[in-house]
Amino acid sequence: MTSPAAYLWLIPVLPLLAAGISAVLPRASRRWAAGLAIASLAAGLGLSLMAFFATVGTASHGAVAHDPRNFPWLSLGGEAVRLGWVLDPLTAVMLVMVTLVGLLIFIYSTGYMAHDDNFTRFFCFLALFAAAMLGLVIANSLLLLFICWELVGLASYLLIGFWYRQPSAAAAAKKAFITTRIGDLGLLLGMVWLYHETGTLLFYDDGRGCLEHSALTQLATQATLGGMGLSTAISLLIFCGAIGKSGQVPLHVWLPDAMEGPTPVSALIHAATMVAAGVFLLARMYPLIAAHPVGTPAETAALQAVTWVGAITAVFAACIAVAQNDLKRILAYSTVSQLGFMMLGIGVGGVAVGMFHLITHAFFKALLFLGAGLVIHGCHEEQDIRRMGGLRRWMPVTFATYAVGMLALAGFPLVFSGFWSKDEILHAAHGWPVSKVPLYLGLVGALLTAFYMTRQVCHVFFGEWRGGNGRTAGAATPHESPPVMTVPLAVLAGFAVLLGFLGTPAWPWFQAFLTGEELAFKPSKLFAWEHLSLLLASSCLALGGMALGWWLYGRRPLDSAESPDALAMRWPAVYRVLAGKFFVDELYEATVVRWHAGWARVCDLLDRWLWGGAVLALQGIAWGLSWVSKVLDEFGINLGFDLVCGRVRRAAGLTATLQDGRLPNYLRALALALALLLLLLTWGVKG
Amino acid sequence: MNSVPLLSLLTFTPLLGGLALLFVSPARSATARRLALAVSGLVLVLTLVMLAGFDSRRADLQFVERGAWVPTLAVEYFLGVDGLGVTLLLLTALVTPLALLLSGRVEERAPLYHSLVLFVQAGLVGTFTAQNFFHWFLYWELSLVPAFFLVRLWGGPERGPAATQFFVYTMVGSIAMLLAFLALFLATGRFNFPELAALAADGGLAAAFAGKLTWASLSNETLALLVFGGVFLGLAVKVPVIPFHTWLPAAYAEAPSPVTMLLTGLMSKMGVYGFLRILVPIFPDQLRAWLTPLLWLAVLTIVCAAAAAFAQRDLKRLLAYSSINHLGYCLLGIFAALRATGDDARLAAEAVAALNGVVLQMFNHGLTASALFGFMALLERRTEGRRNCDDFGGLRQVAPVFCGLMGIAVFSSLGLPGLNGFVGEFLIFKGAFPLAPWAAALSVLGLLITAVFLLTLMQRVFHGPLNPRWASFPDLTTGERWLVGPAIALLFVLGVYPQVLVGVFDATITATAGRLAP
Repeated sequence: MTSPAAYLWLIPVLPLLAAGISAVLPRASRRWAAGLAIASLAAGLGLSLMAFFATVGTASHGAVAHDPRNFPWLSLGGEAVRLGWVLDPLTAVMLVMVTLVGLLIFIYSTGYMAHDDNFTRFFCFLALFAAAMLGLVIANSLLLLFICWELVGLASYLLIGFWYRQPSAAAAAKKAFITTRIGDLGLLLGMVWLYHETGTLLFYDDGRGCLEHSALTQLATQATLGGMGLSTAISLLIFCGAIGKSGQVPLHVWLPDAMEGPTPVSALIHAATMVAAGVFLLARMYPLIAAHPVGTPAETAALQAVTWVGAITAVFAACIAVAQNDLKRILAYSTVSQLGFMMLGIGVGGVAVGMFHLITHAFFKALLFLGAGLVIHGCHEEQDIRRMGGLRRWMPVTFATYAVGMLALAGFPLVFSGFWSKDEILHAAHGWPVSKVPLYLGLVGALLTAFYMTRQVCHVFFGEWRGGNGRTAGAATPHESPPVMTVPLAVLAGFAVLLGFLGTPAWPWFQAFLTGEELAFKPSKLFAWEHLSLLLASSCLALGGMALGWWLYGRRPLDSAESPDALAMRWPAVYRVLAGKFFVDELYEATVVRWHAGWARVCDLLDRWLWGGAVLALQGIAWGLSWVSKVLDEFGINLGFDLVCGRVRRAAGLTATLQDGRLPNYLRALALALALLLLLLTWGVKG
Repeated sequence: MNSVPLLSLLTFTPLLGGLALLFVSPARSATARRLALAVSGLVLVLTLVMLAGFDSRRADLQFVERGAWVPTLAVEYFLGVDGLGVTLLLLTALVTPLALLLSGRVEERAPLYHSLVLFVQAGLVGTFTAQNFFHWFLYWELSLVPAFFLVRLWGGPERGPAATQFFVYTMVGSIAMLLAFLALFLATGRFNFPELAALAADGGLAAAFAGKLTWASLSNETLALLVFGGVFLGLAVKVPVIPFHTWLPAAYAEAPSPVTMLLTGLMSKMGVYGFLRILVPIFPDQLRAWLTPLLWLAVLTIVCAAAAAFAQRDLKRLLAYSSINHLGYCLLGIFAALRATGDDARLAAEAVAALNGVVLQMFNHGLTASALFGFMALLERRTEGRRNCDDFGGLRQVAPVFCGLMGIAVFSSLGLPGLNGFVGEFLIFKGAFPLAPWAAALSVLGLLITAVFLLTLMQRVFHGPLNPRWASFPDLTTGERWLVGPAIALLFVLGVYPQVLVGVFDATITATAGRLAP
């Protein structure tokens, strides 16, 4: 049997076909669209699992095996631009995650979107989204990755703006596309630079790829602007793309607004597809980012940049999440913060650390978003957590699964996956030789995460029902959702718990799988002081955060939706800044957006007045010249001519009067002339 | 091999068709329409026949037809195409019938309208095939006159000044170019492009000028520069390069949309074609001497046109500026490619990539911009000429197919991978970044601003709540879907498998780049 790598291309192509077919299906064929999308992803899951099991155990001598398949796409002047796909553990892990989470979200969507008019179109876009992400995952060429990367952006644009009739949704879609495109410009430049320097964009190509030894050595040793290593400069440009896509500070502003899309879309964006792409890009390009000449510290400038951006984002977004009241917005900021953790993990600990958190986060964040969707559905499209409360009585399944997700995100000790993956990151940060600040930022982030999640759960599920004011009683009662939506939640909840045990320090199977290192079962490692101390610290912080949240919000639930926040009563100024999201949007509005509009106006005015004015001036000069020549013509040349003509004519008139045809006059003139002639002759003779 | 004079046939078919149309009675507009379509269809068939016989592995001129015309003045009837010419002929053959099909509503003096469109096509075909300046210039001007009348007679409310400015502006450029070529002829006694290029490759034009041309005791180099300046002006107005572009927004906006399709899709390509056919082979030294300012001009064209597009409210003006921006990338690619030298094989390869990108971008922009103005034609039909972007809102609700298909064209224009626009831009940047890093790095801003204004267009016209005035806005009819469908399909084909087209011109472009960096 041939290797599953040969069939890998089918995994993105099947959903792409599903998207293509449902794009031309009439609006009424809802079953077909949903069926095609789900079937294509289910088939993709099957293939992904085959590929996954084929890669297990292929590592040897501490290095993972890459199985690339390349093909020429364009040929220019005898050189071919080649694309391709690759099967390696990183690809395999991502494929399984994306297809599995995606499939569950698709199934859930059939219930969630059942009443939408554009159901068919929705599944078309969902399938396109999944196809683009899967293509990105299998790509063995930065160019193919970039192509899929942009298509992911397109699909997110279409889905965020799915309810395009709302101006806010249309604006959010545009904002998402444009903000991520800012980062993409860096990625594009990094890509063409890398292409020029290495002559290829293939990652793995039997030793000639740009992520393989010879190319990396060359890139790491060459210096460019300001003595910066070439690999560092290119990595930083590529990192710009990841900042945009993964919502890192300062390009995080689009992600919370992306909540305007339907909830399954939010789940897809936040868990499986869109934002994971940025972290995945870094994981894929890690050999380049970490490339350094022999004898220099392993913490390259690019890795440090990744670390710092990640750590700052982790805390920054967690702070904002503390003071939000929109159910989905809290989750959105928590995603930004968790993505920061992943970046931090990649920066300090490498691919395995960051990717482990990416995978666990994908499951519990999808769980939380889908749960939030049920809450919103059950509360009749209410999203304000102050107008909820006591939902655990009406929605027990939702509550149970949501609680699992929340505990995983908050890092509740030992049982939940989030705890183990976050601990890995903190552990790596602890061992980072450059600075300890990222570790402290990470710890603060962990504390805040536990706190705001507890606040949210207290508001939503505990206390008394505060919604439905002023509405009819029947419509206002929250209700549980049908199994088509709750079963996917239960499955995700199972993974949110179990996945953690694949990557504990005692048995780091996941890390070994990704890095190709030897795997050993060493429970004693857990009790070594360097691990234990951090485990204890992060447990304390998680529990402390939850306790603090309970003390502030759970002990005395809100009386009504209008009563002020417990935090706002104590520190109103701080709360205002946090609720205002540090006013980053306002800052951009006042600077970048305004500068852009101003620049556009300047260009327009330049066009109208400077360039257009120059043309008008030339035109004026031309007019002036022609006027002068006209004047010269009429008064100089013509006038003289006319004068002469007039005089001639007048003279002619005078002479004409002489010839009036009367014989006596002629005779008289003749006589006169004769007399004169005679006089003249006599005078002449005399002289 | 020249049993059939294919290129002459290709030129004279629309010319004779246009003449024949002049004899159709103005009352019989349907006949005129059918006749014009048949003629442009015939041109398309002939072009495809030519394409089938074209050997894309060769870089030299093919289907050559030569005959003496005015021997004393070195004027020859000299036709021939290489990969570049074939590509643009194909574009011409594709866009013209599309424009004719979309001008269905022309009732007033329909035979004249259709005849003028065919004259424009004849001028374009001639421009892309002629290899002798005299004869090339005839067609260059021939395409301008009917275009002027098309704008002047069928245009919007401000058509008078727009058409005049368009004509006079382009004419000034043309005269400068004519004078320059006369000087070139006086100095070299040649009018044929290949011979002039060979002369330039041998020792530069300045040497050829030695002792042949004296004017106000200027040095040979200065004279050569002046001649170059004249040709550059003529081409720069046509492309256009900022700051020689002010005729364009008004002309594009006031022309009827199908005519704008011809202006932006085809006539703007004449300028870039001229750069590749005349300036780059004949004046490489002069171009190199002025490369830095020229690169800045390209950056200015890209960034300022994009920014100015953002400030427009009239959709057609917005798309007009977007056209300037897209052609700016072509200029960037050409100028960057001139930086390559023979010493560095890797940089020479980048020049090949950049120039390939330029030709691809020409074709892609021709297709995409024509499609976008085609949608404008369909929009104006439904709104009685209203096209301010604040007039609309929420049209997607009533016209989802219209929105979807136009959305595809918009995303192609902003360079989304998977659609055609991306490939050309990628190749240009791949080549231009190593050759001219700063110019390329600044130019990517254009990509961003393009996304901003095009998505703003989508947002204002199609999204948000439905403007009640357009509650009965009709979606695309089946006929209209069949009309734009093939064009949209082509956007996908060229985006996914660009090799179909690149294969046609790659050999020619590789040879061009090879001559640049010997």
